Parts: sequence; structure tokens; C-alpha cells
Amino acid sequence: MATKSLKAQQSELSNTQRQLEILSNGIFKNGQLPTFKQKLKEHALPSIQPKKLSILQINIGYMCNQVCAHCHVDAGPDRKEMMSRTTMEECIAVMETNEIETIDLTGGAPEMHPEFRWFVEQIRERTSVNEIIVRSNLTIIMANKKYHDLPEFFAQHKVHIISSLPFYKRDKTDRQRGSGVFDQSIKALQKLNRVGYGKKGTQLQLDLVYNPSGAFLPGDQMALENDFKKALREDFGIEFNHLFTITNLPISRFLDYLIASENFEEYMHALVDAFNPAAAKNVMCTNTLSVSWEGYLFDCDFNQMLELKVASKHSHIRDFNAIELEQRKIQLSQHCYGCTAGAGSSCQGSIA
Amino acid sequence: MKKEYYNPEDLKKFSSISEWNKELGDKFFDYYSSVFKEGHLTAREKSLIALAVSHVVHCPYCIDAYTKDGLERGIEKEKMMEAVHVGAAIKSGAVLVHGVQMMNRHDQLSM
Repeated sequence: MATKSLKAQQSELSNTQRQLEILSNGIFKNGQLPTFKQKLKEHALPSIQPKKLSILQINIGYMCNQVCAHCHVDAGPDRKEMMSRTTMEECIAVMETNEIETIDLTGGAPEMHPEFRWFVEQIRERTSVNEIIVRSNLTIIMANKKYHDLPEFFAQHKVHIISSLPFYKRDKTDRQRGSGVFDQSIKALQKLNRVGYGKKGTQLQLDLVYNPSGAFLPGDQMALENDFKKALREDFGIEFNHLFTITNLPISRFLDYLIASENFEEYMHALVDAFNPAAAKNVMCTNTLSVSWEGYLFDCDFNQMLELKVASKHSHIRDFNAIELEQRKIQLSQHCYGCTAGAGSSCQGSIA
Repeated sequence: MKKEYYNPEDLKKFSSISEWNKELGDKFFDYYSSVFKEGHLTAREKSLIALAVSHVVHCPYCIDAYTKDGLERGIEKEKMMEAVHVGAAIKSGAVLVHGVQMMNRHDQLSM
């Protein structure tokens, strides 16, 4: 398993233009498969339009203690990009002056940012944001002594934890996320349970994310949730609230894997065949905006990784203008099929 | 015309069989999708049965399709292999049970 990001390896696929070319050429150029825009037209759907913004997903940096094989961020220990306190202040200013229901903090491993705790505290103290989500990879809690008290910190600030756990068995998890990740994740989940996360009556929400460990789509969210709950309870005494199934989008490291394993075309066929018009009406970019570590705005975290900024003259958080942003056209490419396949996919799981 | 008898690309064209006989094709696909709905057996149990049968009838298209289906449903590989062994056991049992016929015939013809 790779221990360096594509960027550190100077891989061709760390170039976002190259990724977009791959997503637009070949089977999409020769007409074998319709482009995402053509597919919307086939179903008489208008281009995807934003609704009222309710979630601001802030990516505070790409550094991570893991180098997962499917990571769309290409995160890892060698990624040094981190949000400055000035940009964090600009984000808080937007929260203070706009009705934003949820702040969704992601990375990399957001907890590795030196200002992470300060940022969470400031959001709680200075804004009326209802919910703070932290996308935790779990192993960070066990990675170093300085992170061991994160569960208490999360509980104190009523943070909603959403954590990746690709499977309830060691082999699949470790193949996707690295050797030893499963055992460390289990220990971290047990620590979170001990402070009340995932337990009835505590209001401390702990959700898990399942994403397929290979070139196939996720199955039924409810059936997988039942399996995870049964296995984690019986084997490790772990409780959690919900399981979200997320489809791997064909960008960055997962795209690299698809091409290297000669699964790219078959995977794109599967995504296109599973296109669900109902999911297309509820994709997350309709109510979410993604903020990069530099403060630029994107329709989603995937577009951020493809460097497709919002189509608006005000594309930085310091120039945030909710009304104008609601009028923007969402930037689409063939990776968008990942969010509309089957029951649909978003950072909150199925959508249809 | 390709030289192979089996081409993975052909699986994607399965539905095209209706083009030459729509009535029977539609009936088949309607029946097929009804069979695999949740019933007294779960969709997962049906997927595992389909995987075992796919091996017994030596259908490479079906093996591809139901291996992927199992992965999507989160069926563990150990369960998939057990299902294949069930199919193999029935298939080999079906061969071996004919051994009784051989024994009967042998004894009938022998002094």
C-alpha cells in the first residue's frame, strides 16, 4: 500500500486537469456513454440548481495520519496545506451573519490542524450554528497522546462525529485504509462509546461511513447498517447511531486505482447504468457549499479536489454572498454520476 | 466478429435479447426481477443461491454478476465460497449417485 500521496509521488493523476480529461474523453467522447449533462437531458431534468444553503463543509487541511487507497482528497502525512486562522475567522464571520444550520469539518484529519480545537470552540461560542460535524478517521484518536482526550472534547462541544469504517472485518478495512487501521478504529470507537457517543439518551451522535472497498457500488444502506450494528455489538460491544453508505467517486486516488486495476470503464458503466433521477434532484451540492483551506468556495468537496471553483464572481469566503451563490450554476462533470447512482450518495449517505 | 465464445461486454447487452422477441423477452425479465425480490428468502440468500447455481451451470456472465452483487450487498467472501461448495457438492453428488447405477448394472451383468 502506498505511503505517499499522489502529489508527493508526482503522479500524473495529481494534476486535476488530467483527471478531468480522463473523465471527459474515451467512452464519454466516443458516445459509448452519455456525459452527465446529456444524462440529465435524457431524463428531462434541468441542470442541477442550488436551493437554500444549510451546510457549510469546511476542509481545514489535507494532512492526515493515513494514506487510504480510495481517498478523493489525496490526503496523507506529506500534505502540508492548512487553513490559516485568518481564513477561519472569515468562515466564522459568515456563520455569524448567515443562517447556516450545519458546519461540517473535514480534511485530511481535521484534528491534526493546530487550530482545530480553537476553531470548534469559537464556532460554539460566537455563532448560532445548530450542528458541528467532525469527519474523524478514528485512528487519529489513538495516534498520539495529545489526541487521546478528543472524545471528551467532542462531547463537551456536542460535536456530531462521522467516521469512516469501510467494513466490520479487519481484512477489508486494512486493505483500504492501511495495516492496523481496523484495530485502532475499534479502540477509538470504544473510547467514543465510553463518553456516551452512540448511546441512547446522550444526544451524542456517532455515525459511521461505509464505502465499498473496490470497484463496485454500495448496497442497501439499511441492510448494511443492520450488519454493521450486529457485528460491532457482538464482536466488540460497540454502539453507533447510523451507517451512511457513500459511493466512491472516480477522482484522485480512487481514479488511480480504477485505471491501474483496469476497472475504470466497467465502473463508469455501472455508475451510468445506476443513474437515478430521484437522487439527481437531491444531490448534496443543492444545499451544501465546500470551503477549501485557502478559503475558496466549491459546490462540493469533490469539485474542490478537481479545482472546479463555484461559478460565481464571488468565489472566496471573504466575499460570501448567499443570494448570489444561490443563483450560481453548479459545475458538473462525469464524476457527478457517483452521487446519482442507485440510492444516491452524499456526505450524509443515501439520498433517494 | 470476435473469435471468443464468451465476451464480458455481452453481459451489458443482455437486455437486447428482447429486440428479437419483445413479448418473451419482457416476460423473462419481468419474471427474473420478481424472483430476486425479497420474499420468504432474503435478497441476500437469493444472491448466494444464484452465485452457487452460476458455478454449477458454468455461466461466466452469472459468476461475474453475482460476485459483484455479493460484494455490493456486503456478503463476506467466506460465505460466497461456502455457497460455491454447496453447488459443487450437489454437482459432484449428482455424478457420484450414478455410481449406484453403475454398481447395479455391474452386479446384474456379473456372475
